[in-house]
Amino acid sequence: MTKKRVNQKPAVWQPYISRVVNFIAFLYIKGGVLPWFLVLAVVGFSFSSEYFLTQANLRGISMHSTYLVLVAMAQMLVMLTAGLDLSVGVMIAMTSVASSLTMGAMWSGHGSGWESILIGCVVGLGACASIGLVNGIGVAWFKVPSFIMTLGMSSVVLGLALSLTGGIPIYGMPPNFTNMFGYGGWAGIPVPILVTVPCIGLMYVFLNWTRIGRYIYAIGGNLRAAQLSGINTKSCIVIAYTTAALFTGIAALLITARLDTGESNLGVSYPLLSIAACAIGGVSLQGGVGKLHNVVLGAIFIILIQNGMNLMRINSYYQMVAIGSLLIISIMAENFRQRLVLTYKNKTRSNV
Amino acid sequence: MKITSPQSRTHLDEQIHVRNAKPLIHLQGVSKDYFGSTVLHKLDFDIYAGEVHALFGENGAGKSTLLKMITGDIQPSSGHIFINDEEIKIASVHHAKELGINAVFQEYTLVPQLTVEENLFLGSNLSSGIFLQKTKLREWAKKTLDRLEFDLEPNQLIMHLSHAQQRMVEIAKAFHSKPAIMILDEPTAALSGRETKQLFAMIDVLKNEGIGVVYVSHRTSEIFRLSDRVSVLKDGHLVCTETTPDIDEDQLIELAFGHRYESFFPTIKTNTGRELLNISNLSLSNSLVQGVSLTVNAGEIVGLTGLAGSGAADIARACFGLNQIKSGVITYLDDQVYNKNLGINDLTPRAMLDRGMLYLPADRRNEGLIMDHNIRQNISLPSLSLAKFSTGFWVRKKGEKHIMESVSRRLKINQLSIENVLNHLSGGTQQKVMLAKGFVRDVQLFILDEPTIGVDIGTRAEIYRLMQEFCDAGASILLISSDLSEVANIVHRVYIVDRGELLAEIPHKSINEATLSHYLDQREAPCHDQKTS
Repeated sequence: MTKKRVNQKPAVWQPYISRVVNFIAFLYIKGGVLPWFLVLAVVGFSFSSEYFLTQANLRGISMHSTYLVLVAMAQMLVMLTAGLDLSVGVMIAMTSVASSLTMGAMWSGHGSGWESILIGCVVGLGACASIGLVNGIGVAWFKVPSFIMTLGMSSVVLGLALSLTGGIPIYGMPPNFTNMFGYGGWAGIPVPILVTVPCIGLMYVFLNWTRIGRYIYAIGGNLRAAQLSGINTKSCIVIAYTTAALFTGIAALLITARLDTGESNLGVSYPLLSIAACAIGGVSLQGGVGKLHNVVLGAIFIILIQNGMNLMRINSYYQMVAIGSLLIISIMAENFRQRLVLTYKNKTRSNV
Repeated sequence: MKITSPQSRTHLDEQIHVRNAKPLIHLQGVSKDYFGSTVLHKLDFDIYAGEVHALFGENGAGKSTLLKMITGDIQPSSGHIFINDEEIKIASVHHAKELGINAVFQEYTLVPQLTVEENLFLGSNLSSGIFLQKTKLREWAKKTLDRLEFDLEPNQLIMHLSHAQQRMVEIAKAFHSKPAIMILDEPTAALSGRETKQLFAMIDVLKNEGIGVVYVSHRTSEIFRLSDRVSVLKDGHLVCTETTPDIDEDQLIELAFGHRYESFFPTIKTNTGRELLNISNLSLSNSLVQGVSLTVNAGEIVGLTGLAGSGAADIARACFGLNQIKSGVITYLDDQVYNKNLGINDLTPRAMLDRGMLYLPADRRNEGLIMDHNIRQNISLPSLSLAKFSTGFWVRKKGEKHIMESVSRRLKINQLSIENVLNHLSGGTQQKVMLAKGFVRDVQLFILDEPTIGVDIGTRAEIYRLMQEFCDAGASILLISSDLSEVANIVHRVYIVDRGELLAEIPHKSINEATLSHYLDQREAPCHDQKTS
């Protein structure tokens, strides 16, 4: 290095510049686009609104992001198998409708109603899981592209949910349901967070410490190689879709509790938002690549953006423009990152 | 601007004359840096009209970087490129094509959903107005394929072709327009003897037409057969450029690898044990394999060789449950694993893995490995169900890490690089990683499908060493290979397959390259007559 500097006397500063560029490139390759987005958003919003960095607002953001975190984790699971789940939205609607109908029917109007809450939740999760199961079977056994399978199921399930409710919101759930899961808390921490954090832990352990988790990554990475390695790829795909549905179901129950109604038009925005969270979090659309903590951060980031824009009183139509653009930009940024990785390839290769 | 080549020459003694002439392209002191690390150091390289200039060196020596520079894929960090004495910047691959530089690379660049002819003319302008001239296209495609004597139909879809056939299309694609400079990066990697001969004849024609050829190969015999000059690269430096007759094989290898490979092919002892695999009268549904019977005994290496498309690989794949079987019986370790009449079909990758068979495919990118995952994940994938890797549900991460330490020692790779993503590693390392899948589980029978395709001599020697290790540990190997020197020197017994039928079984003492090529050539001649008549 010193020798080089002597040789190129007029440009003594050049090594420093290249070192800085190097360092930025290194950070970008390692961390992807998300950390930059987060820093930019936090700095930007804290300048534009003094309320943004208050404790109350941050608490609100973390509380509101739990739903999307759960759904994004579900989406990630499917995307790791090189699929896409467009039916997360209607899963939320169906779970909401099924659980609230059950609770409403079972609760007599007196007492705490815990049994009816429990049964309602189980029914809701069961309905959601069975949607995931059908998705998985269609994709794995009948080779329907996941995009088509879940798109088709969206219509099927939405139709069923609407026919169950006639499009009318369902009331009559035990108040304990809303009081507990919608607005309850323990030691100042809202229940949705208390539910979501263990779910993140569970998903982390599932993806990184279990055999099936490893198989799911492998299937998305190279389906053929996974088959040749003796993996039962079909059942793994079904497990991935069903587990994803369960996580979506948990989110759906929390949303239903928060709203205190069962509605068949819930969750419309979730397919886009969850895919955006995964994409920003660096989950590969080709499957096999993605880290859970980045997806969680990606989901929080999206809620943070929405919150910041609300504080700035940005019209909700423009918010849609912003979220869609973010999704596209994050994919572009990821492609650029891949190019950088490739140019670095020779460097890393010589270290082997 | 286009590179202009002098008139074609007919006499060899003109070579001296050509030497004094100007090079078609001249790279002067070119270097390439990537973020501060230099992969090419001030290199001089030139190509004259009507010569074959070979490039030799181990994987990662900088050959691809140099080629990419000539084809405009990357730009040099410093140095100059001259074409016709004029300094030029080759801005893009497209620009290079306009200059008359064509290349056949190791990576596949075909569109699988299009036909052969459509791929041949992809990117070249063959249209009148907005419409493609389809008839003309077909005509030209036929002409190119005939000139190369490649046995391909212009209207076949690429995705229906075999590995080797796709390779041929790739070569044809570079040949169909008349370039000034032709770059061939290991063109023979997947070709059989006959196709290789045709390619060589074609290269001779190119030479006579005054085209400069850059030829990259790991096979020294090809370099000596074809090239006029050879440049040796090592660690990004140009070691030397010599006229080929002035150098011999040992020197060449020593220059490129720094040491000699005295016993390139290890002698592998055989202590033939009991019968391991018995295939009897096997016919396949979607391949031309018909009535094939063969056996593999414990502790021996059995070769299965044939021309491209002979079906040799299909036979082996069928044993791993990857091909649909029409009829026949397959017995593994005295257990019938396939017998249609008795309704036995135990042929799935999982079942055969559990029985101690491991098939490693030729196409490591699409079938063998997960390129986005690291070495550790790839090696343990087929064995995750074993007790040392998991307790059924949970992965034993500590156990896995511990096992990987010994694997990295056996593979002779840095322990830290176990966590490296395969995409970032050289082809040779990738190939070794695939073989290493056999380290971590009990394997009695390895089925290796072209294990040394596209790897340098150093890696090749190491792969043979690994095969020796496997054999010494008591395993058997069924080696599918179209590399005759490999088959002649490694295996204990060889079956020759031709168009789906077993042609001969050659015992150990009569195996040599001459016999093998004799068998294959014998069948080629009538085969070719039939095609033309």
